[in-house]
Amino acid sequence: MTRASKKRAGKISSVVFCCLVYIFLFLPIAVVVVNSFNATTSKPYLIWKGFTLNWYATLWENTALLESFGNTILLAAMSTLLATIIGTIGAVGMYKYKFRGKSVIDGLLYVPVVIPEIVLGISLLILFANVNIPRGILTLVLAHVTFCIPFVIFNVRARLAGYDNSVEEASMDLGANRIVTFFEITLPVLAPGIGGGALLAFTLSIDDVIISYFVNGQTKTYPLKVMESIKSGVSPDVNALSSLLLVGTIALVLATQSNIFKKGKE
Amino acid sequence: MAKGKSKHKWRANTLPALIMVGPVSFWMLIFIAVPLIYVFVMSFCSLDEYYNVTYKFTLSNYRRLIDIDYLKIYGQSLLIALLTTFFCILVAYPFSYLIARTKSKKKNLLYMLVIIPFWTNSLIRIYGWRTFLGTSGWLNTILHFFHILKEPVDFLFNKGATVLGMVYCLFPFMVLPLYTAIEKLDTSLLEASSDLGARKGATFWEIVLPLTSSGIFSGSIMVFIPTLGYFFVSDILGGGNADLIGNLIERQFQSGNNWPLGAALSIILIVVTLILVKIYQKMGGDMDSLGV
Repeated sequence: MTRASKKRAGKISSVVFCCLVYIFLFLPIAVVVVNSFNATTSKPYLIWKGFTLNWYATLWENTALLESFGNTILLAAMSTLLATIIGTIGAVGMYKYKFRGKSVIDGLLYVPVVIPEIVLGISLLILFANVNIPRGILTLVLAHVTFCIPFVIFNVRARLAGYDNSVEEASMDLGANRIVTFFEITLPVLAPGIGGGALLAFTLSIDDVIISYFVNGQTKTYPLKVMESIKSGVSPDVNALSSLLLVGTIALVLATQSNIFKKGKE
Repeated sequence: MAKGKSKHKWRANTLPALIMVGPVSFWMLIFIAVPLIYVFVMSFCSLDEYYNVTYKFTLSNYRRLIDIDYLKIYGQSLLIALLTTFFCILVAYPFSYLIARTKSKKKNLLYMLVIIPFWTNSLIRIYGWRTFLGTSGWLNTILHFFHILKEPVDFLFNKGATVLGMVYCLFPFMVLPLYTAIEKLDTSLLEASSDLGARKGATFWEIVLPLTSSGIFSGSIMVFIPTLGYFFVSDILGGGNADLIGNLIERQFQSGNNWPLGAALSIILIVVTLILVKIYQKMGGDMDSLGV
């Protein structure tokens, strides 16, 4: 084998290997999308009975599924908003000020990142049961904000690492007060970190199964509805909704990504 | 005068610090620290005859932890988590290396393609695997079509299927730190190594691997620990034949309704996490690279 052909063979095998990994990653999604067009009407909805678009039409009649989806969006929006506000202000505060017990708070921030989610789920369940907070959308929001805050803080903190304090001082010297300075100077500089943190928080909240599973009470989120239906066989309208969501998120991210590129060029 | 000065200091420093750091500190204490203390206390509580939790001190929950059936499940969890971590490294390392060092203009796209599947709900994707691997699934149909199989085989409900599902779920958590570590690698070091006569294999073992080991460590932490708790993966793909500590805990808080025992089982997970994180820090691991 010559050197060139050896190199070529190496290149081909790398491409093949990467393709196999991508097939592995996308295979179950392909199964979901294909099954959303499956004309079968008998449980467990696995045998292919021909192509139909019916599931996309009947999806709108499955009120329980749509309600759970609405819950998930509401939950993710509220948790992201709260976690982003608390996390951003907290990250700036922890960067600027030293206070007693700071290392404890710092340590606690890592808990949701490293501890298995099930431990966080059951610990919050025990808390809510002991202080008699009825489980529902409120406890779901409290739980989601809890595991989202650290990810917002880490994103904002990464942005703060290269932050120049003198700009703020200049703003205050020129007569702006603390609050104006925060909104006019600090926030714009941190915006990409805040945006990244919020996006991550939203993604984590939407996909969360384990923590929600313990604190939801009677409120069903979309993942919990899916979990419930897996026991009886996932009906193709769940696949249809998932396929629509996939298309939606890809479109959303492509749109926001191209925006980021444009801003970068200005 | 002195009073005026301290008032000024309070307004200038203490008040803004309190407003900014107060909410996050309060939230972390109430919703992380207090619940964990509750778990600890709960693990020493007893059940009365109606299966209600009573605050009567007992060690019986901890005694039950060394039940032989439970010991088997700890062993099984350990095995599944180790296999998951091993296969994640095995696939993710060369994969991350290839996409991090490609000269292709589509590098960002290649990277995004790893993330995109994870925007679909993880349960749905795991269910997709179940559909694929089941007796009437795609895999059986394909193998039957090519006459490799005469009778359908059930690939589901065993440890193998569970490990597959875990690797699938946690793969990006291995790719992200590896990708970051490999991208930072200084190419001139590789050139220097080969200029000095080192073979490719030697360059890899002596230069590339040590310089990217931080990625392997953080990835392993991010894969190994969650595996122990991902009860839904072993529920859906393992069908009760590949239970993890997570499944044991889940049952105590749902159908089993024995919260004190569930709390004691959770203490195992907390201790394992603490030990692994300590080892990780001892080996020079950076906590911030665990933050995704």
